[in-house]
Amino acid sequence: MVQIINTLDTPHEVDREEAVPVNKAENRSLYASREAIHPKAAHGRFRRFKWAVVVILLGIYYISPWLRWTRPGDAPDQAILIDMANRRFYFFFIEIWPQEFYYVAGLLIMAGVGLFLVTSLFGRAWCGYACPQTVWTDLYIWVESKIEGDRNARFKLDAAPWSVSKLSKRGLKMLVWLLIAIATGGFWVFYFADAPTLFHELITGQAPSVAYWTIAILTATTFTFAGFMREQVCTYMCPWPRIQGAMLDEESLVVTYNAWRGEPRHSGRKKAEAQGLKVGDCIDCNACVAVCPMGIDIRDGNQLECINCALCIDACDAVMDKIGKPRGLINYTTSDLYAANVAGKNEHWNWRHLIRPRTLIYFTAWVGVGLAMLFTLLHRTQLDVNVVPDRNPLFVTLSDGAIRNGYTIKILNKRQEPRTFRLSIDDLPGAMMEMVGVSGAKGTSFDIAVEPDKLKAVKIYVSTNDAKIIEHERSHFEFKVEELDPKGDVPAETATYDALFHGPDDKGEDKD
Amino acid sequence: MATHIEKDDVSGTATTGHTWDGIKELNTPLPKWWLYTFYACVIWAIGYTILYPAWPLPGGATQGVLGWSSRGQLEQQMAAVAASQKETVDKIAAMSLPDIMKDPKLLAYAQAGGAAAFKVNCVQCHGAGAAGGKGYPNLNDDDWLWGGTPDAIYTTLKHGIRYTDDPETRDSQMPSFGVDGILTPEQIDQVANYVMTLSGETADAGKAEAGKQIFAENCAACHADDGKGNRDFGAPNLTDKLWLYGGTIDDVKAQLNKPSMGVMPGWTKRLDDAEIKELAIYVHSLGGGEAPATQ
Repeated sequence: MVQIINTLDTPHEVDREEAVPVNKAENRSLYASREAIHPKAAHGRFRRFKWAVVVILLGIYYISPWLRWTRPGDAPDQAILIDMANRRFYFFFIEIWPQEFYYVAGLLIMAGVGLFLVTSLFGRAWCGYACPQTVWTDLYIWVESKIEGDRNARFKLDAAPWSVSKLSKRGLKMLVWLLIAIATGGFWVFYFADAPTLFHELITGQAPSVAYWTIAILTATTFTFAGFMREQVCTYMCPWPRIQGAMLDEESLVVTYNAWRGEPRHSGRKKAEAQGLKVGDCIDCNACVAVCPMGIDIRDGNQLECINCALCIDACDAVMDKIGKPRGLINYTTSDLYAANVAGKNEHWNWRHLIRPRTLIYFTAWVGVGLAMLFTLLHRTQLDVNVVPDRNPLFVTLSDGAIRNGYTIKILNKRQEPRTFRLSIDDLPGAMMEMVGVSGAKGTSFDIAVEPDKLKAVKIYVSTNDAKIIEHERSHFEFKVEELDPKGDVPAETATYDALFHGPDDKGEDKD
Repeated sequence: MATHIEKDDVSGTATTGHTWDGIKELNTPLPKWWLYTFYACVIWAIGYTILYPAWPLPGGATQGVLGWSSRGQLEQQMAAVAASQKETVDKIAAMSLPDIMKDPKLLAYAQAGGAAAFKVNCVQCHGAGAAGGKGYPNLNDDDWLWGGTPDAIYTTLKHGIRYTDDPETRDSQMPSFGVDGILTPEQIDQVANYVMTLSGETADAGKAEAGKQIFAENCAACHADDGKGNRDFGAPNLTDKLWLYGGTIDDVKAQLNKPSMGVMPGWTKRLDDAEIKELAIYVHSLGGGEAPATQ
């Protein structure tokens, strides 16, 4: 850390060291406390839009588990249910088995690509409007302002000494926050069990302990994150700002302070004009700073902390209206348009900026995944057959010289009613089947009853004395599963499974 | 590396004064809650090392105030499983094998329990797939030396074969026709050729004809006149396609000269009665099991 200046060049007798104390007092602060941000309530079209989004998203969250959907048989009547115990996922008319989890993978891919699309079009719209951190923080700040007052009142209360009035305001605020937090955690668990039943169990203290633990943890995180951490979560904990920052380009819409129009800013505009100074539209009223939930100044330019919630646009537009200037000193614009305006060109955003190769590719990928999922969903069978051949031993020689192979056959009945299937074999000469565990069950076909919404596994031994098959090391054949007597007017379902029959591969052993 | 602290124009924050290839580092202070989170983790870690086994010391690690150990936890879990299975195991111990097999739940439990016991006790000789090998019977096929009904398999498992520690063990001896000079090498060749014809294999017709008489005098007592064997003595069926010690004429001659005879231990010392029953049911279900004798 020390650099010695070449002494030959200096006339001084003492070597001069250009050393700077790293721990100089003014640089010594390694840690910073969080400074309270009390955003002023904003009014305007973006604030109204944000409220609408908050109401819709919270509505979906709190109402969804209570929607009913009548299903036949023993299936649960909850419209949206992640049934961990029985390994089923219900979504209205769709019922997903664990091996169909690729639908969820598809949804996640759509969510990912959709996020890319929205970000390249509208910047960090997710952060500003839809992220749970933003939604619940908005809700908490709203509660705070109703109880403690707006920005200035809250700062005053922070600074005030403890009194009955301060204590009761703080206490009431915490209580309401806590109730919201409990409701947040409490409704999460309803997605995993029958909501009315679980609600009753929760109230009477009979719910499983995992439910209480989940509620406790989510209550704690909601309370801390939305009540006290707020912007700290976005700035220090969340990876999205970094990732989303990388997905923006020159044509993404970003909340921007149009410095080319606002600067030079003057708080005493008329005086400055009178003095003949160049005057921008910004009157330095700090309204944009006061409403910012992230505690930043949008006039410093595009920055990591900015969640693009557009509340500063509302604040500034109101001021522009008052001083009789056109709106949009702060607005959604692209960095290309900003640069063009700086260069003196008068260019404005229009919808054609939305259509560009990048957004079209994202959109195509998003629609493609969606259509592929829709297609497979519509062509989904209610009967699935899986065959697991015995691998040890591959085959067994019987005393009469016949060869036997073993298979575990799994028949999945995805309907909510009992069904019977006929299992038979195609393309294996002389094949005889035997069902394990059922005495005397020998034949060329078996009728197998499968309970509603259940998998039935049967162990089948297939043997043949056919010389040609025995000679072959491997012979292809098919298991065929046909539905018998389907109920109602649904057509009978059929499934086939290509299987291999193993014979001895040591025909040459004696000769060698 | 020069130390030159300056103010960054864009952020207004001071740099640390370190430069790497022209890249400077901002000296942004960490949020205090990060520090407190770190302290909380330290306190958690101290509490953890007091409550749970942690510090390695000469003579063993500290035990922890709670007295928890992974071995103790396993014992608890095993005890809980044993308690939950007790009812089923007691039923299996009390019921006859055919009755167990008539109850689908007990059958499934016995098959699973037997499969587990098989993997621990039996695979060493009979192989993981129970397919055996030369001298070790394949348990998947339908050829049984001492019987393939559930009860016969159970008896074999319980008392073993030629197992000297159990007086009730199943025992039999095939004479060493060659080594002990009971038959001449020529006679052995003849009877071996005859044995080959029993299972339809090609053999020297002249020798086989001569061997027929030798077979009737020396072998039929155990292997029966038609060569189909006798399960009371564990005498193999010589007419089928399965050979425990090999199916070539040289293999047959070797058995006649100085026979190999397998030994299987009885399992009463290692397994309790319910486990032996489960094993019998599992082996019986491998594909060659014979129907229980009807009463």
